[in-house]
Amino acid sequence: MRIRIRFHKKGKVRFTSHRDVARIWERAFRRAGIAVAYSQGFSPRQKLSFGLALSTGHESEAEFLDVDVVEDRFCNSEAWADGRSVALGAELVETLSAALPVGIDVVAVAPIEKGDSLQQAVVACTWSMDVDDIDQADAEAWVADVLSRAEIVVERERKGKPVIEDLRPHVHALDVTGITENGVRLSADLGTQPRALRPSELLTAVDPPLVARTVCRMNQWTSQGPDREEPLTAPVIPAPSARLPA
Amino acid sequence: MSSLWSELERVLGEVQKPARYIGCEDGMTVPDHHPDAVAWLLLYPDTYEVGLPNQGLQILYEILNERSDAVAERSYAPWTDLAEVLRREGLPLFSVDTHRPARDFDILAFNLSAELVFTNVLECVDLAGIPVRTADRADDDPLVLVGGHCAYNPEPLADYVDAAVLGDGEEVVGEITEVMAAWKTAGGGPRGDLHRRLAMVAGVYVPSLYEATFADGRLQGVRPRPESTEAIEVVEKRTVADLADWPYPKKQLVPVTEVVHDRLNVEVFRGCTRGCRFCQAGMITRPVRERPAGQVRTMVSEGLKRTGYDEVALTSLSTADFSGIEQVVAETVADDACGQVSVSLPSLRVDAFTVGIAAEIQKARRTGLTFAPEAGSWRMRQVINKLIREEDLYAAVEAAYSQGWRRVKLYFLTGLPTETDEDTLGILHMARRCVEVGRQHIRNPSVTVSVGGFVPKPFTPFQWFGQNTETELRRKVGVLRDELKRDTKGYRGVQLKWHDPRATAIEGLLSRGDRRLGPVVEDVWRSGGVFQEWSEHFNLELWTDALERQGLTLEEMVYRHRTEDEAFAWDHLSAGLHRDFLWQDWRDALEAVGLEDCRWTPCYDCGACTGYGIEHVVASAVPPAGGSQGTGQDLVGGGEVPVLLTSRPDTSRPHRGAPAPVGSA
Repeated sequence: MRIRIRFHKKGKVRFTSHRDVARIWERAFRRAGIAVAYSQGFSPRQKLSFGLALSTGHESEAEFLDVDVVEDRFCNSEAWADGRSVALGAELVETLSAALPVGIDVVAVAPIEKGDSLQQAVVACTWSMDVDDIDQADAEAWVADVLSRAEIVVERERKGKPVIEDLRPHVHALDVTGITENGVRLSADLGTQPRALRPSELLTAVDPPLVARTVCRMNQWTSQGPDREEPLTAPVIPAPSARLPA
Repeated sequence: MSSLWSELERVLGEVQKPARYIGCEDGMTVPDHHPDAVAWLLLYPDTYEVGLPNQGLQILYEILNERSDAVAERSYAPWTDLAEVLRREGLPLFSVDTHRPARDFDILAFNLSAELVFTNVLECVDLAGIPVRTADRADDDPLVLVGGHCAYNPEPLADYVDAAVLGDGEEVVGEITEVMAAWKTAGGGPRGDLHRRLAMVAGVYVPSLYEATFADGRLQGVRPRPESTEAIEVVEKRTVADLADWPYPKKQLVPVTEVVHDRLNVEVFRGCTRGCRFCQAGMITRPVRERPAGQVRTMVSEGLKRTGYDEVALTSLSTADFSGIEQVVAETVADDACGQVSVSLPSLRVDAFTVGIAAEIQKARRTGLTFAPEAGSWRMRQVINKLIREEDLYAAVEAAYSQGWRRVKLYFLTGLPTETDEDTLGILHMARRCVEVGRQHIRNPSVTVSVGGFVPKPFTPFQWFGQNTETELRRKVGVLRDELKRDTKGYRGVQLKWHDPRATAIEGLLSRGDRRLGPVVEDVWRSGGVFQEWSEHFNLELWTDALERQGLTLEEMVYRHRTEDEAFAWDHLSAGLHRDFLWQDWRDALEAVGLEDCRWTPCYDCGACTGYGIEHVVASAVPPAGGSQGTGQDLVGGGEVPVLLTSRPDTSRPHRGAPAPVGSA
């Protein structure tokens, strides 16, 4: 059966790479004694599938991972079907979190049908970005400038060749959502298809370019509109934030 | 508490691989710093990826943190991009555990495992905000200590370290802690007084209490200064008598980012008496002290469960010689609780028996096996006392290819004493034969030949030998390359790789250097010569320019043969080995006379046991099967041992892991 896991990546461990996180998970499954299915062939690997890569240094409250497991006590489709799922899910969350480094916390887990990969299914992400050394009025003017433009054309390099691209269609929403100690907090919904627009690309696309001190992925979305959904509909269990370093 | 994390997290986004600097390993200790506890910062002066797996550092980290009077954290050399950022921002070097400034520790203890990291030691001390020269340090500056294999000749760093510690660190770190704790309790005092107290700890060498004298441009000796009554004539190394008393690391650190040797490592024995004459590790770590097989098993199974690794390396200088090897391998492979685990033997002996063990433990991914014949002719191997017969190598290679391995890597040294071009070319002849052996089993066998320039090391029989010049090593590599070009068809399947002869020259310079090299190391560091182990940073010109400024030459310091009675920079230090034993072994080498392994034969009185009242701790009184290498005894030749020791494992069982190549880098 396939299980989808939602996890946070926060604190010091946010400086690990996407590849590091994959290795951390491989070891965590072995430590937690979860019977992950292995690929066949010359060099068998755990059947894990991660969604959109998160840039090294960014935090997240919405990382997802699909894992194929051999059915056992934790991962038992009958138990999930007959109502014991909440207790089982909570136990699984606890077991996994204990095997993961501080800052990587499992917050939801549920069996899913095999279908589209996470990367194919996700159409947009919500980002929270703290920008220092800017006041609210300037930030709102910057946001208004971005939203008023019909197009935001940038030139970037792709496979060694310059490519002209319009970023504007990927900016689904942008807003100043709060004041921080040193600046403001922005929230943005950025499209991921066919290519995910990165927060840093948005911040530097119009003048004056902004630099975010921290960036956190808050949500990934599999559909748009008022009824949009996330890849996992199971209830989110609060992250054991006490485990986060000060 | 003084953590620099909030400052660091603002800049880590600017540097490559920031996960190097965050700590967060499983097994990490968050120590409780308090005024009575001696705070150690254990440093590995190379990148985190290279330094994190170091077992010596991890062992001391645990032993110190278990003490009530000590705390220990770790640090690694920041890559050049972060060093630049730290200087720009006015931030100091920090520990990765709690991101505490290095200067807040009482002791900075460096592990020196290679000569080319010496400039990084100065870089780390400077980044810590501590004067690089011992003489410039204030009374309340932290102590700078060095240990590890290169601390056996710390003279190039004599003016930069407060003390060097010789040998096994398990016991001596506690004794140093006690000296330091008493010093702190008494309210400190002049740094010189602390130096004198440290000098009274066995195994601790305090360079400032000694004086090096020179005449006619040559070292006359290093002796205690007349006023240094605490300093002894010869500082002896420390040796733990029984590894069973030290089952460390108990909680091996599991990093969150990829490092070298990213697997569980369990040390099965320390010391080696094969007697390979080029090998410093085998000389200075004597005698052989095996860990009981039962303890190895416990450390393996508990370690795998705790870490989540699916690979364990049984480490030592020659693991196939471990008395319990068959038992440990068989039990680990059979242990279901450990899952499908792959076991690697980082140092394979060259014989079919060893390949048999490798086959036993490596069920998938048989890609490459590595052997180290070290020299291309039987005569040459007699000189270096690595008595592998050619038939042993071919039997090993035959076993490897017939068992499904596709690539063989062979390690050789060039620039050995008495080496002729015929010996050098023998390297390629052996490689070619190996490919031919492989063709009988697979279509395109590959043999990679890796050639390193030989560097004579202190406390080995070859310490008198004048190292081959950079030009000569370059010529020898050229001889090999020309031979490959001469007959490209005949050598199909043979790949040649070689170590940079320029780096070999500088390794040689520092390996046997004296105090005159201190200013050279400092000069190179001040000119930006850090990370000299890394080819992208190594810069020979920095070194030759610095030598010239000091009026020194590679000819005099490195390339010259030394005479029987010549003073060495390390004569006032001892690894237990008698100088006359080493000299006799050097004469035997020149006459191509081999020497048997003393583990299973009468004692030669090299001094390593007798001098310290200790002896080999070996579970088996007889040599292991197939151990023809270096023993010359009445053994079954490696080629005659059946490759399959037990029945084939059941391959229908699903693999739970992804085993990595045995013994390959």
